[in-house]
Amino acid sequence: MQNGKDVKEALNKKAAYGPDLDLDDYKVGTYTPDKMENIDEISDDLKKRIVNVGVTTCKSTRSGTMFFVDNGPSLITSDTDGLELLPMRVAAKKYDLSEYLWKAVDPGKDKYTSKTYLEDSDGYFIRVKAGKKIKMPVQTCMLLSRKKQMQNLHNIIIVEENASLEVITGCTTGKHADDTLHVGVSETFVKEGGFLKFSMIHNWSDSTHVRPRSGCIVEKNGTIINNYVILNRVASVQSYPVTKLNGEGASMKYSSICIGHDGSDIDTGCLVELNAPKTSAEIVSRSITFGGRVVARGKLIGNAPGVKAHLECKSLVLNDGGVTLAIPELESTIADVEMTHEAAVGKIARDQVEYLMMRGLTEDEAVGMIVRGFLEGGISGLPDELKKDIDDAIAKANLGS
Amino acid sequence: MLRIEDLHVEAGGREILKGINLEIGDGQTSVLFGPNGSGKSTLISAIMGLGHCKVTKGRMIYNGIDITNLPIDERARLGIGMMMQRPPNITGVKLKNLISVVSKDNGSILKKAGEFNMDRFMERDINVGFSGGEIKRSDLLQLTAQRPKFVLLDEPESGVDIESIGLVGKKVHDLLYGDELCGKGCVSALVITHTGQILEYIGADRAYILNDGRIKCSGRPMDLLKDIRERGYKECIQCRMVKM
Repeated sequence: MQNGKDVKEALNKKAAYGPDLDLDDYKVGTYTPDKMENIDEISDDLKKRIVNVGVTTCKSTRSGTMFFVDNGPSLITSDTDGLELLPMRVAAKKYDLSEYLWKAVDPGKDKYTSKTYLEDSDGYFIRVKAGKKIKMPVQTCMLLSRKKQMQNLHNIIIVEENASLEVITGCTTGKHADDTLHVGVSETFVKEGGFLKFSMIHNWSDSTHVRPRSGCIVEKNGTIINNYVILNRVASVQSYPVTKLNGEGASMKYSSICIGHDGSDIDTGCLVELNAPKTSAEIVSRSITFGGRVVARGKLIGNAPGVKAHLECKSLVLNDGGVTLAIPELESTIADVEMTHEAAVGKIARDQVEYLMMRGLTEDEAVGMIVRGFLEGGISGLPDELKKDIDDAIAKANLGS
Repeated sequence: MLRIEDLHVEAGGREILKGINLEIGDGQTSVLFGPNGSGKSTLISAIMGLGHCKVTKGRMIYNGIDITNLPIDERARLGIGMMMQRPPNITGVKLKNLISVVSKDNGSILKKAGEFNMDRFMERDINVGFSGGEIKRSDLLQLTAQRPKFVLLDEPESGVDIESIGLVGKKVHDLLYGDELCGKGCVSALVITHTGQILEYIGADRAYILNDGRIKCSGRPMDLLKDIRERGYKECIQCRMVKM
């Protein structure tokens, strides 16, 4: 890790990608939001928004819930054996986390990580004890509640040896929380034989800027499945999570679904370092653009023998006026690797639309069915809630239902 | 049921059909023969309204309605159904989903997928990785769900292995004659065939030979097929034109 001086200097360091933002334009959000005893206390208006990002008030379907409003915890519930949910600041006092804190993300990476480091931001701390298989997903919800505010979070997930966990994290804004900035640093550690499925669903306001900074370290035979979904209009998102497969046989799958609307700038993707023998990775990104700018990145770096990895960026462009950019990269430092990529950008094939119309579907219905299939295809195990959101987004975009 | 008057059609910037006149009555099955490139597929694609076929002259009247400029889906809703020779892959769309949407019997057709030997394909993306026979059986299942009143079949037997041809033939037969609501023989059809194999399963009323974008002659299907087999298209057309 760099020293404090370097990190402070990084406060002025622009991110490698995405539009640059001036942090001074935003006020740091409160660390002490109103506390809730129960998730049912959420207002109906807010309930609607959090349901849209995969968060449910139905307690029987979740192993635990963490609700953050701006920069502080508002609600934490969990009584599942082997599962620990704490606010990050509490966990850091309770445990020696020096082997985890800022070990998967460099605080001097850019102004956003630097700010989070210097703020000593709170966030969620989730740990599953060795050998424990947590049946129901843990859900976390990050709400930005006030306009002109910045949300800084520092999250840690630890899946210990042979443990398994699913996390659904939904991020959204409250009513009138315009012109906001979300910065979330997430560090994830999957130990030997561990399994983590992590789905992140974003539904921001159209004037929110989003800068997640994520790093994952996966040990021997560990598995991480990472889904990212953004369907609604946003000002800008720039994220490029880095996963290091450091133990033999470790594997990861990263899938993303993005819809680019007019005026949005979405620059997402993922970098995977395959640092140990027989590690494997699959990156699948599907995006559709109505306008705005959508960049799908992906990079695989093979550093060990017997590595297998595939990268797929596919984008459907539904009308003129936007920019779609697919950037797949493969890098290898040794001979014995098998890495492939596939990128495609284009319109919906006319013959496919006509084939469905021959069966009596209207043109809009046919396009909707193809787009839905395109977005969902290649992404296995998508939570059911998300499938409904995709249908809703397509319907809203006048692509048939 | 369908009357085509002086139909001229362009495809790929070339005039393919050069004045087709054709009438198919209620419950009648007509067969189109003709060498490769004669315009057979263009004709049935134009009846369906596929985008690559541009009608430059003439019109098509279906049950009294001028369908010449109707969109594909409206023709489908009027009862026209088509089996393409080479349908596209629809990645991401499961066969079951399309059939559920198309089905006019609240999806009970889904239970009959096994009769089409397609039960294992219901969760698969449409046509992706399907063999020739699987594509035909999938299309027939879709058409059976759709219950068209006028069926366009573009070489239903092509690419089908010898074992599956019986099943494909039976399902084409059922599509044409098996509609218990409509009564036997009320579905009309226009069928393209090169080999005539499909004629063993359906009772065709009339056959036409298409060549160079025009209908050159017509006759009883089996007679024409025999002539074509024995003498080839060129001689058959010449001989019959003299007779006409």
